[in-house]
Amino acid sequence: MRETPSTVMALRDTGQSKEILRTSGIVGQIERRLFLKQGLSLGALTLLTGCDVTDTSAVQSALNDISRWNDRIQALIFNPRRLMPTYPESQAVKDFRYNAYFGQSQIPKIDGANYKLNLSGLVGRRTPWTLPELYQLPQVSQVTRHVCVEGWSMIGKWTGVPFRTFLQRICADLTAKYVGFECADGYYSSIDMASALHPQTVLTFKISDEILAPRYGYPLKLRIPTKLGFKNPKWITAIFVTNRFPGGFWEDRGYSWFAGV
Amino acid sequence: MTDVVAEQLHRVSKVMVHPLTVRVTHWLNALAMFIMIMSGWRIYNSEPIFPFYFPVELTLGGSYDGSVDIHNEDGLAGALQWHFAGMWLLAINGIVYLAYGIFSGHFRRAFFPVGPAAVLRDTIAALRFRLPHRLGVYNAVQKTLYLGVLAAGMIMVLSGLAIWKPGQFQELTWLFGGFDVARVIHFLGMAAIVAFVVVHIALVIIVPKTLPAMITGRASAHEAHRED
Repeated sequence: MRETPSTVMALRDTGQSKEILRTSGIVGQIERRLFLKQGLSLGALTLLTGCDVTDTSAVQSALNDISRWNDRIQALIFNPRRLMPTYPESQAVKDFRYNAYFGQSQIPKIDGANYKLNLSGLVGRRTPWTLPELYQLPQVSQVTRHVCVEGWSMIGKWTGVPFRTFLQRICADLTAKYVGFECADGYYSSIDMASALHPQTVLTFKISDEILAPRYGYPLKLRIPTKLGFKNPKWITAIFVTNRFPGGFWEDRGYSWFAGV
Repeated sequence: MTDVVAEQLHRVSKVMVHPLTVRVTHWLNALAMFIMIMSGWRIYNSEPIFPFYFPVELTLGGSYDGSVDIHNEDGLAGALQWHFAGMWLLAINGIVYLAYGIFSGHFRRAFFPVGPAAVLRDTIAALRFRLPHRLGVYNAVQKTLYLGVLAAGMIMVLSGLAIWKPGQFQELTWLFGGFDVARVIHFLGMAAIVAFVVVHIALVIIVPKTLPAMITGRASAHEAHRED
């Protein structure tokens, strides 16, 4: 492989980066991954050696392999019965920090009356759920710390149905490996079944005792305090259970897939 | 006559001042620290604790501009990959070094005894440029610095675990005063190590003969064993 800067420059010049971000086809995905790989490895090796290198994919593929290995280590460290620390309600932040891969002007506006949560994969009952149906499920509240991969953290109060309860209601195959999420903003993510069944993993309707504001993921967000913030998808529109590794938006861009805290 | 020959032999003969294990772990550790510190700087940049950023050119984690342009992401993913790969090199190499240092008697011989009086005396001598450097034999200032950087390294590993797993290792995180305090400690530990590296490299520049000794392990007998 030869260096790619000319291609990168061309893209930058025509300002197509945002379009690439939005491209959803397979070609777009392959291009993105190729760019990520070439970009990461080229830059890294250039930094290490101070010169251009011809074959660079080896470093990035080694880093990816180590990240996969670290996912397995993290799964071993994860104790499915260990509860994350909880805090007094007084410590919960009311004006919670907004974070997404886009600005607040692009927040999805979801019409609650027409909202449907779609289900697929290894699920016994695939009938979509409406919001009133979801709101009738038993609810719990938690005051836990949201830890962002960027390094900041914030304590908040979330309320919703324990995800385990929901998975049981839809007769999901609880021996399957993964639970995946699709969101109205194009975001997607997935978690391991052990973490999905953790008692503090909650399909969330409320933050600070109020129905989620649009910027916090209305109408549905996954709150999973055993994982980093980007594993807490907002604006969820579909949930699926599978044994095929589903990846995720940031995970496919190099972030740790397990992302346990 | 024989005295002169013996003197000559003594001058040219080489003696081992740094055992092989110490040299190999030293250079592997240098590589691990390079990876951890520079990727750590980029991780810091994504959410600075203090009102400054590290220049992106000094950080490790792949193409920064490519990340920003293509993923709307400031190169954090690559930095994290380097950091969590480098941690294995740092930890495994560190364990080998500590095990060797403890069980071979290297730590006992090289770093102890060290007392406040000796530290004060050698510090004053060093500041007056009157402290002779003997390869393979550490003065009290060196002993203190090396023990200090070892302690800082251990604090870095523990505080790193505390902010990597504030849930699963929540007792450890609690011992560090919570997630946010542990982050600050992890930063300050880095700063201490960087300060050590600056002094360490400055001293190698002032006393260049220390560099080949850390590569070959050998020094001429009169350099290593000269009595002052």
